Amino acid sequence: MEINPIVIFFAAIFTNNMILANFLGMCSFIAVSSDIKTSFSLGQAVTFVLTFTTLINFIVYRYVLVPLRLEYMRFIVFIIVIAAFVQLVEMIIDRYFQTLYYALGIFLPLITVNCAILGVSLFMVIRDYTLLQSVALGVGSGLGWMLAIVAMAGIRQKIKNNPFPKGLEGPGITLIITGLMALAFIGFSGIVQIQ
Amino acid sequence: MENIITTVVAISGITGFLALLLSIANRTIANYGEKKLIINEEKEYIVEGGDNLLSTLNEQDIFIPSACGGKGSCGYCKVKVIEGGGQFLATEKGYVSETERLDGIRLSCQLRVKEDIRIEIPEELFNVKQYEYTVTILEDLTDKIKRVRLELPETQEINYKPGQYIQILTPVYDGNEEVYRAYSITTPPSSKHAIELFIGYVPDGICTTYIHKHLKVNDKLNIVGPFGDFYYREGDKEMVLVAIGTGMAPIMGILRYMNENHIERKATLYFGARTRSDMFMTDELKELEKTMYDFEYINCLSRPTAHCEWDGKVGRVTDLIEKFVDNGESKEAYLCGSPPMIDSVIPILKEKGFTDGDIYFDKFD
Repeated sequence: MEINPIVIFFAAIFTNNMILANFLGMCSFIAVSSDIKTSFSLGQAVTFVLTFTTLINFIVYRYVLVPLRLEYMRFIVFIIVIAAFVQLVEMIIDRYFQTLYYALGIFLPLITVNCAILGVSLFMVIRDYTLLQSVALGVGSGLGWMLAIVAMAGIRQKIKNNPFPKGLEGPGITLIITGLMALAFIGFSGIVQIQ
Repeated sequence: MENIITTVVAISGITGFLALLLSIANRTIANYGEKKLIINEEKEYIVEGGDNLLSTLNEQDIFIPSACGGKGSCGYCKVKVIEGGGQFLATEKGYVSETERLDGIRLSCQLRVKEDIRIEIPEELFNVKQYEYTVTILEDLTDKIKRVRLELPETQEINYKPGQYIQILTPVYDGNEEVYRAYSITTPPSSKHAIELFIGYVPDGICTTYIHKHLKVNDKLNIVGPFGDFYYREGDKEMVLVAIGTGMAPIMGILRYMNENHIERKATLYFGARTRSDMFMTDELKELEKTMYDFEYINCLSRPTAHCEWDGKVGRVTDLIEKFVDNGESKEAYLCGSPPMIDSVIPILKEKGFTDGDIYFDKFD
């Protein structure tokens, strides 16, 4: 099925949002979404890592695994590629982008185990995308993830001082809000469709 | 079969390639090279960049006090960074106050040496060294407090002030990690080859459990020291000493020092314990009352039981101070023990006329 990469890009942001439609990458979404600035930085980092790991994984999958008929090894290969890439990015940011390094702190290495990132690489294989489509999916998913976490951080900052029942404070109310946001995002579903 | 070999070779190839890439990156990008470390504008060191300041200093045999061993959880390893410390980190926020931050104070275990750096540390930290002691005496003073005597080889000695503390590096046992824990020295500074400590047992305490349950005579212990600004101050003001539990340790160091040097100064020690079995050092203190210039030992029990056969004072040290101490303007106070005790004694002393500058204390957390 030939879907225009632009369609995939927008679908990944709105209708097939990693967090609000697929519920992937929830742990850092819940943990970091208390401050808009940090959320935005993490969103940028996730977008960056997603874009490049999708690209690298596509190349490795298409030109190494498929010819050798090693498709069944894709989990381990994807995970290693993501881990190595994050490690490399960390070294580079640590050396050349001090401010960003300190803003991201521990969340940068944690991107390694962000399921949204492995998720995108796997979707690209399952849906049999071309290079351009895969990159569009990568960038779009990253931006979608960023949109969701920044929106959530905004909401959480607004409701910071509101009284909640004890059991709902923090992650509890965050999950409920995520559900409501997901409902709201269903409103986009008519625009584009990729699944 | 062929399939298996292809799989192994291909996956090894990919992994190997990534490993190679990261190794190269580690050699080039993460290699900060040699950096200049200037301390107090006088001492200059060439150090390997990239590591945190605390361990960089350790490598130069400069030991900054740290209880957690560089995990950023104790907040002791503060140093003043004048230049080259990089940005203030989120992990330092909890331990460095706003005024300290503006003064350039940083947690040395958190900031990494990435450029030439200039720092200021108290002069006495240059005196801090690492020693390997041998345990020669392990004796129960009470059912919870042990007296530990540690000796250095004949050729080595340690210089400290009466009341200062050392840190024991607790080795790995039962899967615990290595930690540093601080203990006050009870011996006077004239004892350069051997030091003694009072170590109380804290259930689940990593170091105290090690000392109480695992350590044996003739074992080796790694120690860093001396540290601390709780020590005997020369002067002629009358001294008020207050201690509970193992807080007795630095006070003993001070008293023994005064006794040895025949210091002609009036001193009174107020010591509080729970029950009679928590009292210790009583004989030596009674002896000091006789030999010292003008020393008095006053104690009390907070919860004497019928077994105690106690006819002395009942209450807490705060009660003793309320009752016996006055004219604080002409006196100096040394407090040592648990934080709640110190926090409740200081306001009482201030009411009695003590000034902030004349109250020295050491909180045993």
